[in-house]
This record gives sequence, structure tokens and C-alpha cells, in this order.
Amino acid sequence: MKKLYVLLFVLLFAAPAAVAAQPPKTPAASQDGFVPVEAPANGQDAMPAPRLVAAAYGFIWIVLFGYLWSIRTRLAGVEREMEVITRRVAGGKQ
Amino acid sequence: MFAYAPFMILGAPYEATMGLVQKIFYFHAACGMAMFLAAFVSGIGSAGFLFTRRPAADRLAVAGAELTSIIGLIVLVTGPLWARKAWGVWWQWDARLTSTLVMWLIFNAYLLLRRYGGPGSDRLAAAVALFGMANVPFVYWSVNVWRTLHPKTSVIPSLQPGMRGPFWFCVAAFLLVSTLILLLRTQLEKRRQQLDELYLALED
Repeated sequence: MKKLYVLLFVLLFAAPAAVAAQPPKTPAASQDGFVPVEAPANGQDAMPAPRLVAAAYGFIWIVLFGYLWSIRTRLAGVEREMEVITRRVAGGKQ
Repeated sequence: MFAYAPFMILGAPYEATMGLVQKIFYFHAACGMAMFLAAFVSGIGSAGFLFTRRPAADRLAVAGAELTSIIGLIVLVTGPLWARKAWGVWWQWDARLTSTLVMWLIFNAYLLLRRYGGPGSDRLAAAVALFGMANVPFVYWSVNVWRTLHPKTSVIPSLQPGMRGPFWFCVAAFLLVSTLILLLRTQLEKRRQQLDELYLALED
């Protein structure tokens, strides 16, 4: 058990030291901050950025509204079931 | 507010090296923050449930876990759409992306446990949610500590004025939508618990 504690202690203190010992990294462009410009750099893009942006925003809206719709449907289902059960419970007590 | 956000993003300036695709950032990062919030709600709710056994805490934990899973999915899909253009690859097994995926899997494990775990799975799942919440600081600081392609956390405080306004507007919109969804989902869980009690009363 004592060995386990020693091992845990070493791991706890060795992990940050190992991270600190990593070689200094050279950050890529746009990793430290964004530089705003008036218009996008045209002609050098091989991937269709508008399609990717549209896909991203479309996906977000579909998922969020789909989830809200799912909660509403489930809530309505539970309410219906509760009404039925409440009536049965009330009927059983009479 | 949520409907107006795209117009603000359209009016924001383009980024010099990434161009139009950087506009994914406004919703992607805001979703990331909402995901962290949902994970904290689930973790705190789970801790409350583990220590006090209060059903209200459990309801909050379930709602938070489900929202983490949903918003996490958005983060994990919009990120690669941005990365494909900015980095040239859909996915990179670096610290930020991998830790986000692990966190998302943990909260999905929570939901699977709740659904198929049988009796007692609520407490087991609560412990899983605590691990999920503990993952949040690792995900957040991973970009600053490990070598990664993902933008660092310093990007947000250093945003230029034209980008700052739309970004914080999106964050506010997402946090507001997330809070409303959390309340609605908590209400659903409350009604479910009441329904279970009614079934028990019927059996008696």
C-alpha cells in the first residue's frame, strides 16, 4: 500500500514536470490571435468555405431545434400518460 | 437574440489567414462554452444527488448530461468543418480534440447507464458525471499546455473590436438558449418522476 502511495505521489508531481520539460513550441498562424481584414483572401482557397460555413450553421440549427422538438414531444407524451394514470388511480380509489 | 446572431456574424470582419471559414468560430466557441456550463451543471447536480439523494439534484444532472451530449455533438461536428479548411484535415488526434471527444463519450456513457443500467444506475451514473465534469479544466487548458493545432484560449481575450461584439453576443445567446433548454429538460424529468410515483400508487 505504501508503494502505491509513493507511486501516486511520483505520478502527481512527475506529470507537470514532464509537461514543462517539453520543447518550446512555435505557434502556427491564427493560434495566438485572429487578424481581421475587410474581405477574404480569394483565389487561394481550394476548399469551398461557404459550403463548410453553411453546413456548420445549418447543422447547429437543425440539432438545436430537433432537440427542442424532441423535449416538447416527450413532455407531451408524459402529460398524456399522466392524465390516463391519474384517471385510473382516481377510479381505483372510488 | 439567437435569430439575430447570424446577422452580427455576417457583419463581422474576415480573418486574414482563414477567411470566411473562421466565421464558424462564433458559434463553435460559444457552443464549447455552453457545453462546459452543461457539464458543470450535470457534475454539480450529480454531486448533490450522491451526497443528499435529492431528486431535484438528479433531475438537474440528467438535464445537464443530455445537453452536454447534444452541444458536444455540435462542437465535434462544427470543429472539423472549420479544421478541414484551416488545417487541411478533418480531425487531428491532439490534446484539445481528443479530450473533448473523451468528455463527450463520458456524458454519453452517463446517458446510456441511466437508460440501460437498471436499478441503482442513477448513483453509478452520478459518479460518471463527476468524472465528466473533472475533465472540463483539462479540455480548457489542453491548448495552452500541449502541442496542438487548435487556437489557444488567448484568442478570445485578444479578439479585435469588430469580432469581439458578435462573439460575446453569440456566447450570451447560446448560454441563454442552453439555460432555457436545461429548465425545459428538468421539467420533463420532474414530470417523469411524478409519473413513476403515479404508477407506484396504481400498483399499491
